[in-house]
Amino acid sequence: MAWLDMLVTASFWVAVLRIGTPLIFGTLGELICERAGVLNLGIEGIMVAGAFSGWLAVYLGAPLGAGILVAMAVGAALGLLHGILTVPLGLSQHVAGIGITLLATSLSYYFYRMVFPTVTEPPRIQPFQPLDLPGLFAQTPMTYLAFLLVALTAYVLYRTPLGLAVRMVGENPAAVEAQGIDVTRLRIGAVMVGSSLMALGGAFLTLSAFNAFYFNMINGRGWICIALVVFASWRPGKALLGAVLFAAFDAFQLRLQQLIGGAVPYQIFLMAPYVLSILALIVMSRRAGVPRALMIPYRKGER
Amino acid sequence: MNQPVGAQAEVVLRLRGITKRFGSLTANDAIDLDLHKGEVVALLGENGAGKSTLMSILFGHYVADEGTVEAFGQPLPPGDPAAALARGIGMVHQHFTLADNLTVLDNVMLGTESLWSWRSRRSAGRARLDRLAGAFGLAVRGDARVGDLSVGERQRVEILKALYRDARILILDEPTAVLTPQESASLRATLGRLVAEGLSIIFISHKLDEVLEIGDRVVVLRAGKVAGEVPVADADRPMLAGMMVGRAVEQPQRRQLSPGAVAVGLQGVTVLGEGGRRRLDAVDLDIRAGEIVGLAGVSGNGQSVLSDVLAGLITPDGGHYRLADEDVSRAGTRGLVARGVGRIPEDRQASGVIGDMTIPETLIAEDFRARPFSRFGVIDWRAARDFAARIVSDFDVRTERPDLNARLLSGGNMQKLLLGRALARRPRFVLANQPTRGLDVGAAAYVHQRLLAAREAGAAILLISEDLDEVLRLSDRVAVMFRGRLREADPALGPVTVERLGLMMAGQGFEHAA
Repeated sequence: MAWLDMLVTASFWVAVLRIGTPLIFGTLGELICERAGVLNLGIEGIMVAGAFSGWLAVYLGAPLGAGILVAMAVGAALGLLHGILTVPLGLSQHVAGIGITLLATSLSYYFYRMVFPTVTEPPRIQPFQPLDLPGLFAQTPMTYLAFLLVALTAYVLYRTPLGLAVRMVGENPAAVEAQGIDVTRLRIGAVMVGSSLMALGGAFLTLSAFNAFYFNMINGRGWICIALVVFASWRPGKALLGAVLFAAFDAFQLRLQQLIGGAVPYQIFLMAPYVLSILALIVMSRRAGVPRALMIPYRKGER
Repeated sequence: MNQPVGAQAEVVLRLRGITKRFGSLTANDAIDLDLHKGEVVALLGENGAGKSTLMSILFGHYVADEGTVEAFGQPLPPGDPAAALARGIGMVHQHFTLADNLTVLDNVMLGTESLWSWRSRRSAGRARLDRLAGAFGLAVRGDARVGDLSVGERQRVEILKALYRDARILILDEPTAVLTPQESASLRATLGRLVAEGLSIIFISHKLDEVLEIGDRVVVLRAGKVAGEVPVADADRPMLAGMMVGRAVEQPQRRQLSPGAVAVGLQGVTVLGEGGRRRLDAVDLDIRAGEIVGLAGVSGNGQSVLSDVLAGLITPDGGHYRLADEDVSRAGTRGLVARGVGRIPEDRQASGVIGDMTIPETLIAEDFRARPFSRFGVIDWRAARDFAARIVSDFDVRTERPDLNARLLSGGNMQKLLLGRALARRPRFVLANQPTRGLDVGAAAYVHQRLLAAREAGAAILLISEDLDEVLRLSDRVAVMFRGRLREADPALGPVTVERLGLMMAGQGFEHAA
């Protein structure tokens, strides 16, 4: 069977990891925010801003590594804004997050038009090249970085005092306060770190997967990451699994489109990974994993 | 513990002129307090007297508007829990500050290591925890998930959290509110060991008897001020009650009555939960007209479920619920109200009043669909207001205006409002779930008096309460719930006492009926 053969080809798995990389970054970032008790719906816009700012820095002559740092800094700044709105001010995390998404997306497009008022074809840069490590599929350094970050996040969350404090502040901020740790600083810090990872996910698209910045290039990836965090029951390892699984659905439908051709409307194939993710969510997610204090603002001294 | 501590003992904690205002309310008004080494000070007061506020200032959750705190001779920076911890002040909060999804060790070790260290020294932490647990008789498993522990065990974890950080001063906020009598006794033993080790303890409570047993010295707060201070050796119950309330409180007395016919009957009432677990397991209970049946139990053993069944919020999966001779298992809330069931809900804020609606609206919430409150689908507001005015005056609800939003009433006045709503219709059956929870002594006495009056008027009353003194004082018969089952304390086996109820609450007498 042709479609089964496809699953064992190296090129298929190369595509899976490439498609999965921005999802891994984004899901890890969202996971860190939510573990600290803050839902970050700004993810979609932060990914756009990361994609744009990283790419712009490289276009203006910065090295690729510096582009990554610029994207992360922009992500952290947007995270700081979201953190200030939701933690000390205690605003609705949904509303603040959607506001951040609209703001970051619009600002990115605005600055794009400011810098390139006349171009019709997006300007190109020289992106990261694949590194052919033996035994691994040829991927760009950012994909390897994504895998490294999964391990690092898991280590920090479960093996260090900082990770314990982050998990605890998402479960019961009063407990953190009672042990002499500042809830506000901890939560804002976690949101900033998480948001910089989201921006990294966006930057992967412009600095690694493609070589230019397009409108609508994030195309809902941020929202997928939010679902993947639930799928993963807020655990980094399962987040990696979920991102790769979704990417596999996506790569599979792309090839299936080519294989079957025009007999079936192509929108059906586009839809398939989302339908499968919803099914997977229903089967896999267990509410037990949800941080108890997620979306509940903490006010000092209030019970 | 009751020997007086001499004035020569070192003062470990000195509060001077602590004042804290919230808007127009002065929660603490120029409070002075000293704590000596090895001493247990009981801080006694009604709810809202300012005990918890004072301790929150001491621990740095709040910043005082005026006044100073000195620990071990050094001023304590305000508003900084980390500084309080570093000086050896530990606090066991009334609402535990634990994360249920994490382990005991995680909860204890949080904040004891630098957040920037690259690894957590968990084996050293575990050893230290085990050593402390052994030394103070606070057995608890470090790997257990906090959510799986009993309330008493969680409290041990809270105390261990403080000891792990070398606390020299321990503040316990209403520590026995959630414990069985036996667990309370074990807590007292623990406190004895802590004092023997040279710790000083502030023990917050609104229970007179317990203060007399535990403290060396009692400081009474009333309306934010220190109302008095006495060595326990010189104090007694009426004296402390008077200091707490500011006047003598008369306890209503239960008169002997011969109960009438069975008004409420439960036979084999069963409610299933997730995975077939029995939340109520074949509950049998008869309540006669003119009789109060008290129901005790550690919270979470099925009292709330039973209360929901009796109020018509849950339809039982098996068994019968009868009013007189009619099976009302499926009558629903409206059907029960129509048949003369008066309900006083467990949580008056959540399911009693409608906070942002007015007093008349709250009062007609149960029967606004019918006359006299509505005719032809239109609400008769005059009838509603008249009814509200009657309840407000009959039940002594203190309110600035009769159309105030219910949320703005104090807890005691809110409860009087609900009591009025339930009793005004002269119900046959009164379901009173925690009717005096959080009320001051005066308001509680009023509620008791009205319940006893309803009993004399011939109502059958089920009194569900965690306050065992209240249960014993008001009830003709007492039953206990344990893991969804209900057993009556058989008076033939001797007098029903707090100790006996405590043993039953821990499961004694429930073994053979699985």
